[in-house]
Amino acid sequence: MIAKLIVRGLLAGLLAGLLAAVFAYTAGEPHIDSAIALEEAAAASQPEAAHDHDHGEEPVVSRDGQRFGLFLALALYGTAAGGLFALAFAALRGRAGPRSEPVLALSLAGAAFVAVVLVPFLKYPANPPAVGDPETIGRRTVLYLVIVVVGLLAVAAAGAAYRLAANGPAPARWLAGGAGFLVPAGAALALMPTVDEVPAGFPATLLWDFRIASLGTQVVLWAAVGALYALATHRATRPASRPATAATPA
Amino acid sequence: MSQISAPHTPPLPWSGIARWLLAVPVLLLLAYLVAFDNGAVSQAGDYLHELMHDGRHLLGVPCH
Repeated sequence: MIAKLIVRGLLAGLLAGLLAAVFAYTAGEPHIDSAIALEEAAAASQPEAAHDHDHGEEPVVSRDGQRFGLFLALALYGTAAGGLFALAFAALRGRAGPRSEPVLALSLAGAAFVAVVLVPFLKYPANPPAVGDPETIGRRTVLYLVIVVVGLLAVAAAGAAYRLAANGPAPARWLAGGAGFLVPAGAALALMPTVDEVPAGFPATLLWDFRIASLGTQVVLWAAVGALYALATHRATRPASRPATAATPA
Repeated sequence: MSQISAPHTPPLPWSGIARWLLAVPVLLLLAYLVAFDNGAVSQAGDYLHELMHDGRHLLGVPCH
């Protein structure tokens, strides 16, 4: 039973990753190309600084390779996300959250999006190529992982607070859940160090468009994970309502 | 939500779920290779990093 749920999650994640890649390819790639063009123009004006750069003269992977890699990266990432999503679904089902399985799937996908995408994005938003100092990648990665954990804890705290107020009226439950999320998430957003490595003169519109495309990619990914998982669950839980006579004519 | 069409599903036993927790490190490793590997851990990391470069940027994870 659990294996079936996990496989369903892996497949939903794979498909969701490919859908997100189509979106990212359409909405995000033009901005990446623009940013790389700016980066190369900046590198060309400072030849001595260009030698240790990832987008130098001899790329390890061509731009076409990287465009293919976009699909590979999102397919793998989606599969991993779908598997973890399915495990959480298997653990929660019958224990917490909405009783309807499709509704649980959609809610869980929404919660996962808030925890691992929205909260991190608000503090450390996505950056196009040419933004970000290669020297600080270690520190930025650690900060990013910390804020992902904070997001997960904040969503878990919201669920726990909602449950604690389970006997209260509906407004009290929602207030408890909201406070359970906003207090830890807000504290982390306010207290964690800010990273601002946008080079002087980098076009603000390009930065904004790229970030929106990045957020949109994650919206597509998690919306598709939730919707596909809900659809599969919905179909799997109502086999009796549709007689199988069509497949086995008497 | 209508309670009639959605009866309460009995929870899956923790023992069964615990066995599947073994899959968590594998899935996290997969996500790690996509999102965070810089070649420091795996030999192919630098190639993987560059191959999945656009995906990393658009997923919003830190990238050089």
